[in-house]
Amino acid sequence: MSDQPRQANEILLKGIPAAPGIAIGPSLIFHKTLPIVEERLLQPSEVEAELDRLRQAVARSKKELQKIFRFAEEKLGDEEGKIFEAQLLILEDSVLFDTIFLRIRTELRNAGYIVYDEIEKYHRLMASSRDEYTRERALDVEDLRNRILRNLQEEKLVSKLQTSAIVVSHVLAAADTLILSRNDILGYLTEVGGVTSHTALLARALKIPAVVGVRHVVSMVKEGTPVIIDGYGGNVIIHPSEETLRFYQEKKRKHKEFEDRLADLRDLPAETPDGRQIELVANVELVEELEFVHVQGADGIGLYRSETLLLGKEVFPTEDEQADHYALLADSMFPKMIVIRTFDIGGDKMMAHPVRESNPFLGWRGIRVMLDKTNVFMDQLRAILRASSRKNVKIMFPMVSNIKELREARRYLEEAKRDLVEANIPFDEKIKVGVMIEVPAAAVITEDLAKEVDFLSIGTNDLIQYLLAVDRSNDIVSSLYQEFHPAVVRFLRRIIERGKKEGVTVGMCGEMAGDPLATVLLLGLGLDEFSVVPMMLPEIKKIIRSTKYRDARRVAKHVLSLQTEDEVKSYLLAWMKKRFPDIPQGEGS
Amino acid sequence: MIEREVTIKNRAGLHTRPAATLVKLAAQFKSDFFINKDGFEINGKSIIGVMTLAAEQGAEMILRFSGEDENDAMAAVVELFERGFDEQ
Repeated sequence: MSDQPRQANEILLKGIPAAPGIAIGPSLIFHKTLPIVEERLLQPSEVEAELDRLRQAVARSKKELQKIFRFAEEKLGDEEGKIFEAQLLILEDSVLFDTIFLRIRTELRNAGYIVYDEIEKYHRLMASSRDEYTRERALDVEDLRNRILRNLQEEKLVSKLQTSAIVVSHVLAAADTLILSRNDILGYLTEVGGVTSHTALLARALKIPAVVGVRHVVSMVKEGTPVIIDGYGGNVIIHPSEETLRFYQEKKRKHKEFEDRLADLRDLPAETPDGRQIELVANVELVEELEFVHVQGADGIGLYRSETLLLGKEVFPTEDEQADHYALLADSMFPKMIVIRTFDIGGDKMMAHPVRESNPFLGWRGIRVMLDKTNVFMDQLRAILRASSRKNVKIMFPMVSNIKELREARRYLEEAKRDLVEANIPFDEKIKVGVMIEVPAAAVITEDLAKEVDFLSIGTNDLIQYLLAVDRSNDIVSSLYQEFHPAVVRFLRRIIERGKKEGVTVGMCGEMAGDPLATVLLLGLGLDEFSVVPMMLPEIKKIIRSTKYRDARRVAKHVLSLQTEDEVKSYLLAWMKKRFPDIPQGEGS
Repeated sequence: MIEREVTIKNRAGLHTRPAATLVKLAAQFKSDFFINKDGFEINGKSIIGVMTLAAEQGAEMILRFSGEDENDAMAAVVELFERGFDEQ
């Protein structure tokens, strides 16, 4: 529902919303300028001075890195701070630096050239590695090399800004994101990166709006060009018109106001005026979000994406590490329930050891990976069980496409239970088990799956893209990705009805559950549980609390008779505008 | 000069931490220490070199030592590989 006005000279771009919030301000282009490296021959008499210069540059680089390292630990905790460890270790590599010093002496070439040449050998090899972890370290090596070269030229890194601004960059290294945040940064805007990039993680932790993955954006702005970034929906507007500017100022203000007002709803149940109780729970990625989840008044956690535990890790965390982590989650929400989804890796999501697949979305991901990596799976199952002793943990399997996978997964769960019994470790023997309905095949056999689980959770993001055969990250066809396609609506009705007929709870944890335009429809289709990003909790609650279930059923019935997405959307939009004139419209796209 | 073939046992492979442990141990000996993996050779006392190997669990490599304390050096380094770099 992008109904913001536009003018000819403004440019609207679409990126990936990486950290929530709206930022309006001048752009500051952050160039990772590659230091220019000249090759110069030295006179033998110059050698000692050159070596000294290099020693000083290395010492300065070390000081800078230690400063960043300490700052990271202080801002983000020990774990995140470790991002910078590799660079410090390389700076202490005496074999590397002995070689560099020896080459300067024997080849009589300048330090900058030799540093570049020697480190580049390793950088090239690492950057072309098959191992994702090693490719990431290549970025560290490059960053370190440039740091030394910059210090050789005695340039200061521009990290002090004169005014508050939106940082625009091709890519931001973790160190840059962090250092820049010391200044008055309104937002981050980058050309590369995804929701799991360092920039995204750090921006969320620092509570600064960010949009990433906006191709070619650097070439479209100049220093000081006015920019708006919408970290909720991923919109980026360059040279906004007066009208657009007002629109976003208004949106920003409304969000603020609305959020303030909604705070009153926090302790009230998500119940319709005619008495239908809805479970309104939160999708959670990071432990850092828990406080916000409480503030927003969630009834529990409907989806904990356990794979975020793997971010920036070299290996799968051990059973003990995981058990501590899950227990922390469970305890912080007790007595409310939490649903832990087992590692959903593959597809576009991170993978400890990448495999090349021509079509990863149809490939090795979700439960398929776990049923092959049974050691990892067993570690995780035992860890989840160990966190369940206070009986507020449920377990959920992603990407199930046939009943055999579910049965196999449950067999491992039983095995994990036996292990704990033998080890005399307490856990919830009746832990509730659910599956994600995100593959059309699973949706078609909903009734069979429902007979063997306690709950279902519809993952709309994947379900819609598989059902409509549209890759929504593919610009050419992304407009065909339609949440309100009549096929989607009718499919949802089928899943909800079949599931409920078997007596299980049917929830939804995809983005659609948090789209205010969809709330009344989903309510009317009979959805029992909405699991949404914490930010959307109050808004969805407000809609549920002001809509009679009876009316919602009528809306759903009408929508089921419509034949195009446009009809569905305009019907819902008109309905919403009439009932909820004060809800900020123009969310996302 | 002596050499020995080893297999990476720990789950992390020769990533940052294990690489740092290996380099630190090797530095305690006078002998030169080289690692050859798939025909590619790096100095085992250099962390950037070891990181470049991108050695995963199950990877095989040849360790080469030469110097006055080569026997002690090899014994210590091989033992570290055997212990899986003390990774849990």
